[in-house]
Amino acid sequence: MAGTRPYPDDPAGPFPSPPTTVEDREGRSIEIRATNDFEETLEDVVEMYVAFDPTDRAQGIPPTGESRIRNWLETIADESVNVVAYHEDDVVAHAMLVPDTDDPSAVEDRSDVEWELAIFVLQEYQRAGIGTKLLEHLLGHAGDIGIEQVWLTVERWNNPAIALYERVGFEATGTESFEQEMAIRL
Amino acid sequence: MNVLVGLVGSDESLKTLQQTIERTREVGDDLTIAVVEKPESKRSQEEMVERTEELLTETGIDAEIVTLEGDPGSALVDHAEQGEFDQLVIGGGTLSPMGKIQLGPITEFVLLNAPTTVKLVR
Repeated sequence: MAGTRPYPDDPAGPFPSPPTTVEDREGRSIEIRATNDFEETLEDVVEMYVAFDPTDRAQGIPPTGESRIRNWLETIADESVNVVAYHEDDVVAHAMLVPDTDDPSAVEDRSDVEWELAIFVLQEYQRAGIGTKLLEHLLGHAGDIGIEQVWLTVERWNNPAIALYERVGFEATGTESFEQEMAIRL
Repeated sequence: MNVLVGLVGSDESLKTLQQTIERTREVGDDLTIAVVEKPESKRSQEEMVERTEELLTETGIDAEIVTLEGDPGSALVDHAEQGEFDQLVIGGGTLSPMGKIQLGPITEFVLLNAPTTVKLVR
């Protein structure tokens, strides 16, 4: 439902659009691409989450175990917007937007709904600048396809993540519980 | 065990009530059901009390129902403090579209302030 959360008045950005290839701080060549058909990359993304260290889970996601991971991704796959980072043949980071609506198939205009954002970077690839690049390209891609309102929640004590979101233009919208809600206008 | 379950008017609250009644039936706990005031809920306090009465009748469980006024978290914790309760049961969060578990301000207040053990129902 559009309009249920407060959003900044002014749009953030501009953000770069995928695809692109960047070198991370460890000198690795990282390819960032949007997946128009998530089915194509689903297996690679499942593999990333199978390798994901559960200590870095946030608010119950990603789930653990291949079948629960597959189930989670397939549930949100159809209507979600996905951007992935590849190093050679492996997905090493994944960012997505999921529409906040009871009936995603009925969304006619992407600007009519609010989109929830999540991003995960495989442990060995953290602190190398990949998350920031991936996030910027996800927002660039989202703007390209007509998305205007993006929100997320982050655990209130997760200062590095909050700093990252603020850097790209997210603003805090509520602080009354364990999760910090943040929003950005594209 | 003497159990207090706190409900707002949400679907999560109904699920919490159903599971708590089931548990009460299995182990023979003493159950008190507190319905709090949360105006933005799907069901009003009166509707929730009616639904609770129906569920109790259907399952044949005997429990006291109380309605609490004022700030939901604070009212629940106050009630838990005044009675001889061993456990306070509340709903354990909603799921975002992404599947993230989200705990609201009432849950946070209860977790941080209740003198009893708190059970979150998922």
